[in-house]
Amino acid sequence: MNTYAIDLSLKPTTFDLWHVCLAGTVALLSLILIVLLLSLVISRIRCGKKSLVQQTAPTAEPVVKIVEVEKIVHAPVPEPVVLKEATPDAALQLLGLLQKEARFIDFIKEDITAFSDADIGVAARVVHEGCNKAINEHFTLATVRNEPERSKITLPQGFDAATVRLTGNIVGVAPFTGTLVHKGWQVTGIRLPKLTAGHNAAIVAPAEVEL
Amino acid sequence: MSELSDHMQPEEDVVPESGDSPAQGVTAEYQQDGTRFSVGIDLGTTHCVLSYADLDHVDDEEFLPQVMAIPQLTSPGSVEEKHQLPSFLYLAHEAELAENSTSLPWVAKPDYLVGEIARNLGSKTPIRLVSSAKSWLCHAGVDCKAPILPAEAPDEVKRVSPFLATAAYLQHLCDAWQSLHPNAPLDQQDVVITVPASFDPAARELTVEAARAVGLGQAILLEEPQAALYSWIEKSHGDWRKHAEVGDIILVIDIGGGTTDLSLIAVTEKDGNLELTRVAVGDHILLGGDNMDLALAYTVKAKLEKDGKRLEPWQIQALTHSCRDAKEKIFNNSEVDNIPLVVASRGSSLIGGTLRTELTRDEVSRVLVEGFLPQVAVSDRPVSRPRTGLRTAGLPYAQDAAITRHLAAFLSKQQGATDELKDINLPEHASFLHPTAVLFNGGVLKAEALAERLMDVLNSWLSAEQAPEARLLAGADLDLAVARGAAYYGYVRKGKGVRIKGGTAASYYVGIESAMPAVPGMAPEIQALCIAPFGMEEGTQQELPDDEFGLVIGEPVRFRFFASHTRREDKVGTRLDYWTDEELDELDEIEITLPEEDRRPGEVVPVYLCAAVTEVGTLELQAVSQRDQGRWKIEFDVRAGQ
Repeated sequence: MNTYAIDLSLKPTTFDLWHVCLAGTVALLSLILIVLLLSLVISRIRCGKKSLVQQTAPTAEPVVKIVEVEKIVHAPVPEPVVLKEATPDAALQLLGLLQKEARFIDFIKEDITAFSDADIGVAARVVHEGCNKAINEHFTLATVRNEPERSKITLPQGFDAATVRLTGNIVGVAPFTGTLVHKGWQVTGIRLPKLTAGHNAAIVAPAEVEL
Repeated sequence: MSELSDHMQPEEDVVPESGDSPAQGVTAEYQQDGTRFSVGIDLGTTHCVLSYADLDHVDDEEFLPQVMAIPQLTSPGSVEEKHQLPSFLYLAHEAELAENSTSLPWVAKPDYLVGEIARNLGSKTPIRLVSSAKSWLCHAGVDCKAPILPAEAPDEVKRVSPFLATAAYLQHLCDAWQSLHPNAPLDQQDVVITVPASFDPAARELTVEAARAVGLGQAILLEEPQAALYSWIEKSHGDWRKHAEVGDIILVIDIGGGTTDLSLIAVTEKDGNLELTRVAVGDHILLGGDNMDLALAYTVKAKLEKDGKRLEPWQIQALTHSCRDAKEKIFNNSEVDNIPLVVASRGSSLIGGTLRTELTRDEVSRVLVEGFLPQVAVSDRPVSRPRTGLRTAGLPYAQDAAITRHLAAFLSKQQGATDELKDINLPEHASFLHPTAVLFNGGVLKAEALAERLMDVLNSWLSAEQAPEARLLAGADLDLAVARGAAYYGYVRKGKGVRIKGGTAASYYVGIESAMPAVPGMAPEIQALCIAPFGMEEGTQQELPDDEFGLVIGEPVRFRFFASHTRREDKVGTRLDYWTDEELDELDEIEITLPEEDRRPGEVVPVYLCAAVTEVGTLELQAVSQRDQGRWKIEFDVRAGQ
């Protein structure tokens, strides 16, 4: 019967087969561990991305982590100023209305150099009348200032610089006194038509074919 | 406004839904179950308006009807909310409109295009446009349920009936209501539909049937001039008693887009309270604002043709539009003496091809004031020339455009309208009924020059007979009064406020052959048997058990049918041997077929006639069997095309 005694002070003097086997096993286990850890990390990242796309968010943590990473990347860059982008539909719609009621595009696109002022005047009536109708029907307009133009008005401290624009000799502090050059316009109501799903707003005037 | 704040002040944290509108904002607070609305529908010849008021939140002093903004297509692909729904229907060709460009908030592809889009598309393609369906309902000699409109359409266009067009307008109003008030179905509200006072029983029946066809079985009828007076009463907030006194005769003049409607309402007293009684209604006159615009356009056309310029049909149409605007400007602005008119070319070149002319104040007053409201004597009558034999199937438009002459004829014809009312005393020498007050309705009379002229003419007749001048009842909303008044009528029917009494506006007769020896070459004499007297109240019925007819089972029997707007004294069973053309108007024939159920075909069943005025406001005729009390309805709407 072989008996094994444990003595930690002993140092191996020769590498026998057992030692080689032991070392091989250790190397193999550590390799497996590394592979497992790696695959775990990769699968977590993938899983996080997927849940972002699907927006089901089974676990919120990975999403938060990713956002944090991005923040670190962008942190030194100052946040860009977001400018409002006008939706093209409303603009196209207005063009369509002005064309329908006032033949606006026809008038603007026509070369007027060859015509006499009298001819242009006749056409301008069509445009003026129609524009007036279209604007009145779809917008409610009011003046910004009710005082008569060319009268003196005084602007108190903290006046709204978006509704009143100062020009000329701008010095000193409020209250400012000056001459009202233009009374200003503001829209107080919009009643634009609603559009159906299949409507192509880019066609401001369809071609007309009479049968 | 909410849309605006969304667009313009995004920093404010109010984010209304993009589809938010003032009308919807208002309805939000009403959206609770059990709320009952009184809904008035003005089913006009050229426009429909829907007005409504909440019946639960209304006090005696505060009645605030609102006018519904009706979502409707205005051009392919765009939906707008407007207070008026033009009464036009367009039958589009399948290749004409792009897919999905005709959807409405409640339906992806409506069966018929109605409203603004129909009028717009129809102005360039009139062969597919149905207009004035309402006037066809009251047109004798056509079957209103037969597909006959548009009258000028080629065979390929699938025509619709005037009845179907009326139902389509009602359906649109119904759907619009449903989308704005999802918790208050329209079929559970009190609905009042207005009809011209001059509508005959068949036209009223058809209107009720159209309402029933869209699920509004509970709707009742109200005459338009009465609705206008209700609106005036409602707007005065209880003050009307100060403006009207016992003995007053109120003349309601309603000049709409396509028709002129006249009514007389007497103010009497009972137990210390003022009472209103509608005593007379005028004939159905197809004459209105549209005729005026057309008249101006033709005046301008003649002027242009004198300069050698020829006009195409589309140019006349465009001219009519600009004449309408120019007329309003001249009437509303006393400094303007002429308005330039321009008709743009149809191509994209605007400057070269535009036609220019002008409309002067002289022309407007000559054509409109002198043409439509001439200064005539009260003894004048509308000119009617005999119709030419070959008249194409069209509406019987008034032949004389002078509204004042129609008014003179009406007042003279109704001279005896108030004989039975002791509160009203007409002078002995009076040659016409003297109105003491006038209420205007209809957009045409917004023009002061026309309103003034009408009052001048009327007052000149009155002063010629030493009668005091009639006063104008002020404060009427000429465009929306009928719908508002109809909504108010729903409230009056709850027992609040004053109610206008009236009953039927005519007495009704059937023609029967008199028993006399046959004379060769002569048609048998006809007697008129009165079956419903003048002023029969709603919910009453009259029977004629003494006058029996033998009806043959399974065979249709037709009666000639007459109405009189002047014979107030005739009782049920009165037989007239002789009458003048003025007294009795012949309506469409009525028809009855006894069904063959448990009877032998060919058997003769003795029946008598029975007339009832329903709560809805329609006249119902029945044949009643003496033997077993079986009842059969007699139909009005079998209008054979002639």
